[in-house]
Amino acid sequence: MAKVKGDIVINIERCKGCEVCMTACPFHVIAMAKEVNSKGYHYAVKVNNDCTGCTNCAVVCPDGVITVYRAKTE
Amino acid sequence: MEEAFAKLDIRKPENIVYKRTDLLVDRPLSYCPGCGHGVANRILMETIEEMGIQDKTIGISPVGCSVLAYDFMNIDMLGAAHGRAPALATAIKRLWPDHFVFTYQGDGDLAAIGTAETIHACNRGENITIIFINNAIYGMTGGQMAPTTLEGMRTATCPYGRDVKIMGNPLKITELISQLPGTYFVTRQSVHTPVNARRAKKAIRMAMENQKLNKGVSFVEIVSNCNSGWKMTPNQANKWMEENMFPFYPLGDLKVDGKLVEKK
Repeated sequence: MAKVKGDIVINIERCKGCEVCMTACPFHVIAMAKEVNSKGYHYAVKVNNDCTGCTNCAVVCPDGVITVYRAKTE
Repeated sequence: MEEAFAKLDIRKPENIVYKRTDLLVDRPLSYCPGCGHGVANRILMETIEEMGIQDKTIGISPVGCSVLAYDFMNIDMLGAAHGRAPALATAIKRLWPDHFVFTYQGDGDLAAIGTAETIHACNRGENITIIFINNAIYGMTGGQMAPTTLEGMRTATCPYGRDVKIMGNPLKITELISQLPGTYFVTRQSVHTPVNARRAKKAIRMAMENQKLNKGVSFVEIVSNCNSGWKMTPNQANKWMEENMFPFYPLGDLKVDGKLVEKK
C-alpha cells in the first residue's frame, strides 16, 4: 500500500506563536519552541515525524508561515 | 531541533501542496497573533489567484483593522472613508463593469458607521462582493462596544457587560440584508478551524464568481475572533467564539441564488 508522508517548513521569523496550528494538527506534529525569534515570539517547531501533509496547520495559520510538502512512498 | 525531524528527501518544489500565495505581499502581516484577518486575507487572495483575475480585481478597504489589507494584498486597492466602501464599490463597478470589485469591511465599519451605505447598496442590487469580518468589537481602536457586541459581553465601553435595556440589542445585519431583494448570495462563515476556513474559501469563490452573473450583491460574513479586544489567548478566543458567538450568529448560507434558505 502506498504510504503518504509529509513535511512542513515553518518560517520562524514570521511566526507569531499564536498556537492555532498546534490545535489544528491531528497528529501533534507542532509544538512551541522554548526559544524566541527576533520579535520575541515562541515560534512553532516540528517535534515528530508523523506529518502526513494534510495542510490543516497551513490553512489556519493567520500569517501563512507554513509550507507543506507531501509525497507518496511505496 | 526542527532539523532533527526534517524529511529532506521530500522537500522538493514538485511536492509542495500548500504555500503562502504570491498575491499576499512578502512582508509580515501586522495583525495581532492569531487574528482571523490573516486567514481571511489569505483565502481571499488564494481565490483571486485561482480565478486568475489579479489584474481585473479592485478591492476597497475602509477604516478599522481591515484598512491594513491594502498593505498586504497585491492587487489594486482603494481606501474609503469610514463605512463608505459599498458606495465607492458601486461607483467603481458601474464605471468598470468587467472588473471584479470587493469590499473588505469590519463590523464597526459595515454595521455601525456604514449601515446606510451597506443597506442601500444591497437594496439597489449592485453587482459587488462584500466581505464582512464580524468580531463583535471595535478592534483597532482598543476594544470598544460595536453594534454586533453580544448581550452581556464586556468591552472597554461596557465594562459590566452590554445591557440591552440601555445599549440596545446586537444587530444581525446579515439576516437583515438577506431579506432585501437586491442580494443574490448571503452566507455566514468562520475561519478558526481548517474545515471552516475551507468552507469560507468556497463561499468567497462563489461570491466572486457571482459577479459574472450580474444578479446582485454577494455578501460573505466571516465570524472572527479578536483576541486582543476580548483579552484572551487565540485558542481561548476561538473556543469562546464557538460557545458564545455561534449560537447568536449561526454559521451557514442564508440566501443562495437569490432564494432564502429555509431554517431547519
